[in-house]
Amino acid sequence: MASIVFDHVSKTYSDGADVIRQLHLAVENGELLVLVGPSGCGKSTALRMVAGLEEISAGEIRIDGRVVNDIPPQRRNLAMVFQNYALYPHMTVRRNLEFPLRMRKLAGAEITRRAEKIAEMLDLTALLERKPKALSGGQRQRVAMGRAIVRDADAFLMDEPLSNLDAKLRVQIRTEIASLQARLDVTTLYVTHDQVEAMTLGQRVAVIREGRLQQVAPPWEIYRQPANIFVAGFIGSPGMNVLRGTLEAVDGNPVIDLGPTRLSLPKQTLVDHPGLQADLGQALLIGIRPEAIHLADNLTKDVLPAQAHAVESLGHETILHVTTGLTTIPCDTINPAASATPAPPLIAVLPGRHTFRPGDSLRLDIDGNGLCFFDMSGNAVR
Amino acid sequence: MRARFGDQTSTALMLAIPALLGLTLFILLPFLTALALSFTNLRLGSPLPVEWVGLEQFRRIFSDADFLRALANNLLFAAVVVPLQTALALALALLLNQGLRGATAFRTLFFMPVVFPMSLVAVIWTLVYAPGPNGMMNALLEQVSFGYWEARDFLRDPVLALPAIMLLSIWQGSGYQMVILLAGLQNIPQELYEGAALDGAGHRQQLLHVTLPQLRNPLIFVMLVTTILAFRLFDQVQIMTRGGPDNATTTVMYETVQAIFTRRQVGRACAMAVVFFLLVLTITWLQRRLVRQEREVA
Repeated sequence: MASIVFDHVSKTYSDGADVIRQLHLAVENGELLVLVGPSGCGKSTALRMVAGLEEISAGEIRIDGRVVNDIPPQRRNLAMVFQNYALYPHMTVRRNLEFPLRMRKLAGAEITRRAEKIAEMLDLTALLERKPKALSGGQRQRVAMGRAIVRDADAFLMDEPLSNLDAKLRVQIRTEIASLQARLDVTTLYVTHDQVEAMTLGQRVAVIREGRLQQVAPPWEIYRQPANIFVAGFIGSPGMNVLRGTLEAVDGNPVIDLGPTRLSLPKQTLVDHPGLQADLGQALLIGIRPEAIHLADNLTKDVLPAQAHAVESLGHETILHVTTGLTTIPCDTINPAASATPAPPLIAVLPGRHTFRPGDSLRLDIDGNGLCFFDMSGNAVR
Repeated sequence: MRARFGDQTSTALMLAIPALLGLTLFILLPFLTALALSFTNLRLGSPLPVEWVGLEQFRRIFSDADFLRALANNLLFAAVVVPLQTALALALALLLNQGLRGATAFRTLFFMPVVFPMSLVAVIWTLVYAPGPNGMMNALLEQVSFGYWEARDFLRDPVLALPAIMLLSIWQGSGYQMVILLAGLQNIPQELYEGAALDGAGHRQQLLHVTLPQLRNPLIFVMLVTTILAFRLFDQVQIMTRGGPDNATTTVMYETVQAIFTRRQVGRACAMAVVFFLLVLTITWLQRRLVRQEREVA
């Protein structure tokens, strides 16, 4: 077991493309850290640099305190689970499990004992003499896991291990991975583009965008206090709505002028976000989770008139895309102050089933509790 | 539903007829004729009447020292050329697959002998093997042995003639195998090598546990084709040695051609052709069994 440290690591390809920029991140001993980001953000490259499959252009990677920049993958003592599993097609499950042990020249009896123990642990005993072709996707995935844990690797590297499975199996194996990792207590670096996997598996989550680390924090903190509007929009399904507004004080109470409507905030807001004091009277960005938007009732003070644009009913909840007079900001924009992309619809998630149809007029109520605030360059105001 | 399948079958048959006609006319009929003639004593220009002689022709060729020598030569040729040529082709393919600079140029260079006609290659190598100290091969060997090599007449030396033909055949044939193996190598997923590297396998072990097992079918294929070509060995022998010296380079094909075109022994030549066919058939059958086994367990 070991810690993995990225010390200002950069990766530049020969064509000049920067894939990773100054990545500074530590995976603690025994921790499961999830690297998450949209496809092409460099997260897989970061993982492959740890594995030794990609060269490091600048900075250092340390495993258990040892600089591994120039150590070949064979001598890093890491185990990796690949997206396509990379099982040896000509070997049986048994041989696949034994392979890393054979390469380490263990005694024959010991190899058999350990492979069979792992097979039992992962419920693969009945499949030991089969070849990968004769296995289902989930079974192959378990063999790949088994091949990783059969030897005492210092750390596990997982490169989107669930992305080739169907949705149901993904949920099942996700929990299996979580419990296995907890039982083995081994340092794990897990790469995914799926924010649900990141939130459910990670003890900490690192969000990466275009090779730059955006935020590292436990899942709940990432969800509650995203460091910028990119993280706000990426984490959560659907992601956070970001609106443009002006913070004002009316009779000492904070109020946000959203244009067509006003939003009264609890007094506590200015205490929780001392940084907001400086923004009084200024334009800023407000992050609202879709779950914080409800249907207005008779008691609602600031009603937001809206028109349904699309309605997605999931049974237990209904996702509403509505058009309003509000200035919404797309979260993946680089410069939120002057975004050229058209404003996205406001998204609300209502519990239960609703039978709205596109075009219906709605009256909405925004919960002033638990909002997030960002300055005009998109960074969180705390 | 059944009617539709019936329609498809008749359409398929109709489309297949031109090809089937060609195959019947130019492959099946000649072969059946040869099979029939191998049981006769037909000899062109002979005054004797044609008679049904049963297996007599086969008994004769198998007691004919020349034919047995030809069979032995073919077997020896295949036993040496097939493994050496395949190993050379594999080595070249592995080298080219490293993605080194200039690989494309080398690939073209290695493949070039394949596109030359064998008759041309044979003439060129006859010059290479020219006797006397000024012959290219003799001069080269003298250079690298610091003068210890004494000039030999390769193609008229009972010991060296067959190896000389083997060498040029390997040179000419390995490019073809190399291209097939290279295609096979490029089909191996990179992830297998990455997985193996993390599992602790070095280059040699990756070759042993990933590359060779993954190349199994292309390897079987090239070895089969080379074996068949080895048994068809004729052009080089005809042009360079005419089976000599003292039958040192004679082959089944060469004996067959001699029998039919020089001695006009049609019955005998047909018997040789049938033996040749059975040999090739056996090899093909063996190869198919090997490949099928792999598919069943995979």
